[in-house]
Amino acid sequence: MADDSKQREYPESPSRRRFIRNSGYVIGGVAVGGVLGSLLPKKDSDNKEVKKDEGKNTTEKTENFTLALMYFTPEQYKITEAATERIFPADDNGPGAKDLGVAFFIDHQLSGEWGFNGREYMQAPFFKGEKVQGYQGRLKRREIFDIGLRELQNHSLSTYKKKFIELNEDEQDAILKDFEEDKVNITTISASGFFKMLRSSTLEGAYSDPLYSGNRNMDGWKMRDYPGSQMAYTNVIDKDFTKIPPQSLRDHLGGH
Amino acid sequence: MAKKLPKVDVVIVGVGWGGGIIASELTKKGINVVGLERGKERTTEDYFMVHDELRYALRYELFQDLSKETITFRGNEKIRALPMRQYGSFLLGDGLGGAGVHWNGQTYRFLPYDFEIRSKTIERYGEKKIPKDMTIQDWGITYDELEPYFDTFEKMSGISGEENPLAGKRSNPYPTPPMKTTPALEKFKKAATNMKLHPYSRPSANLSEAYTNPDGVSRAACQYCAYCERFGCEYGAKADPVVTVIPVAKKTGKFEIRTHSNVRRILYSGNKATGVLYTDVTTGEEIEQPADLVVLTSYVFSNVRLLLMSGIGKPYNSQTGTGVIGKNYAYQVQKGAATGFFENEQFNNFAGAGALGMTLDDYNGDNFDHSNLNFIHGGSIAISQTGQRPIQNNKVPSGTATWGKEFKNQSIKYANRSLSVGGQGASMPFKHHYLDLDPTYKDAFGDPLMRITFDFEEQDRQLSMFLASKCEEIMKEMGADKIDSLKELGPYDITTYQSTHNTGGVIMGADPNTSAVNNYSQMWDMENLFVVGASAFPHNGGYNPTGTVGALAYRAAEGILTYRDKGGILV
Repeated sequence: MADDSKQREYPESPSRRRFIRNSGYVIGGVAVGGVLGSLLPKKDSDNKEVKKDEGKNTTEKTENFTLALMYFTPEQYKITEAATERIFPADDNGPGAKDLGVAFFIDHQLSGEWGFNGREYMQAPFFKGEKVQGYQGRLKRREIFDIGLRELQNHSLSTYKKKFIELNEDEQDAILKDFEEDKVNITTISASGFFKMLRSSTLEGAYSDPLYSGNRNMDGWKMRDYPGSQMAYTNVIDKDFTKIPPQSLRDHLGGH
Repeated sequence: MAKKLPKVDVVIVGVGWGGGIIASELTKKGINVVGLERGKERTTEDYFMVHDELRYALRYELFQDLSKETITFRGNEKIRALPMRQYGSFLLGDGLGGAGVHWNGQTYRFLPYDFEIRSKTIERYGEKKIPKDMTIQDWGITYDELEPYFDTFEKMSGISGEENPLAGKRSNPYPTPPMKTTPALEKFKKAATNMKLHPYSRPSANLSEAYTNPDGVSRAACQYCAYCERFGCEYGAKADPVVTVIPVAKKTGKFEIRTHSNVRRILYSGNKATGVLYTDVTTGEEIEQPADLVVLTSYVFSNVRLLLMSGIGKPYNSQTGTGVIGKNYAYQVQKGAATGFFENEQFNNFAGAGALGMTLDDYNGDNFDHSNLNFIHGGSIAISQTGQRPIQNNKVPSGTATWGKEFKNQSIKYANRSLSVGGQGASMPFKHHYLDLDPTYKDAFGDPLMRITFDFEEQDRQLSMFLASKCEEIMKEMGADKIDSLKELGPYDITTYQSTHNTGGVIMGADPNTSAVNNYSQMWDMENLFVVGASAFPHNGGYNPTGTVGALAYRAAEGILTYRDKGGILV
């Protein structure tokens, strides 16, 4: 450990100490340095414990107003919900994509920058490239989802004479497998490319911070003993496996 | 017509590690420096909400906006280069601190062999050992000559570490003791020691304890929070330019940083640089900044691109092998690795630090006999505990379905029951691997994008399989119940993340005919223009490059000071 003269460079502010204590199952062994404490509105961290208790009561009464659609039509939403549940199904470990809110997560993501490929190079000319050169299409993710979901529906109708959400689990898996293996005849998008995107966004929805509408109740993290956003692991890093109840980014705001 | 500003002593282009080090060393001597940074201001306070895997790791919060500028890529000259439209293989830094903000903090020194690679290879194995098109060359400087600058960089950044028994000689121990060790790291250490290998704690810029550096900058100890790579450090425990060299430069009152300032041309008259032309991206205004001395300190691609767009130095010609700008682009071979699955043991895989790990160099550089091997060099082998975040880490034993019930169950089961040992393979330059300007694709200003022509060679395939087999042996000794390792390297694929260790294009050397800069990073063709960074590496070693970049930057700073007194080419 550092000697005292070094430590003195970092006077620990009261608000910071409270923050670490209030938000951490892991109380930092070396709670020095950083600017976090001074940044937190003092009032909030002072009131945090009280607020947290109040929060518990309010959560039960308050509706979650983020569970509405920003991009999908209700039908697209239902297909997405059913398809992602097959990719990440409910089982003995815990909830699947449906109960984790993955379809809401994808809907919300498609409505923003990611759906518009906002920070990606989308300039012409477009040429078909080698696989190792990556995506070279002109379609944005939201357009790919529009086409992909429609084609999932079409493929279900032509194979089973039923809508995707009306199929049983094995039939849904078979439809998805046809997409994964490019056994569907689509000219506008790559079926396997769409499936890949559906799979990766399912994992994102299951495991991202609940701030983004998926990983509801942090259940995605709880299933795999992932502690979420902790400020410090100094007192478990050199220890054997330790279960730590998860925290989300909301805990870092000091009780808002 | 560009607005012309008053002349300054020195203008630096890009304020990351290179720019920050140059600025701090020069301003301490009373020289006025203007730093032009195309991205935004960054402070430690920015990372208050940084424990967000989606935003930072998957949506690339800290990285260059590809809609404005990217690179193009082709595996060889026969195919059309196409833009890297989305991130994959490597990540381009942006904003104050540059790639020095989102790095992991693994701070090695390249091996003595690296700096004299051609001579030493010929000396031990004869000239025939080097394939016809492999353009390795000595760096024009030895490890011993560069040692004091490594030492300076390590003291400035407070590197935590322990002596590596197979590396170059050190003049001083690491300024701070090694990071904590973990059960997984201990397992690796024990296995490697049993195998008569030489493991050591990875040198880390994530401080093991609170530290005050020679410039008087104090930083806190690492909290092992597991958000380093792709993230900024909210504690300031990970050394980055924003919490080390930049404040030192600013404190002198001699350093002016202009963010949102994208340099587009280097201006010159005859063979002297006269300043730079940049665009204020917030207003679109074009501004000319005259200077006595210009220092390029951007990432590899921007350094090379600026020289080519400005018409400085002789562009490399892959047909004749002549010219230097764009020559010897190299990368790394990161896929030689093994993952072990443990049925009866769990680890705190969720915890960690970017540079927390245990490394060995028994198969790096020329530390082993290559007589019967079809490759040269090698790579460091390490176990890392950087913290496995859940979206990007879903390891399952081979043969497991990639989605559905089985995938979910296995990926959850092994989240804390799998460990990986990986090789960081060196990358040799080849005649047909290079950087030039793309003839088709443009950036947001209408300037040509950088074009990469690169693929893995037989050298890389042999090297990666060799490293994979060594990783597998170690993992077996560690007691894994099931091990998966690389089966075949395959072609270079720009879509999957490998390493942000791109090098070359403005390489250093002793001969102006085969190198662009001398060992002070001074352009042979333009004595008041210095080009600093991994762009100066004639090949890439088996380590993370930042330690060597830092050492070269300190040497360049010394060269600039000498040049201001005496002028002329410094060597």
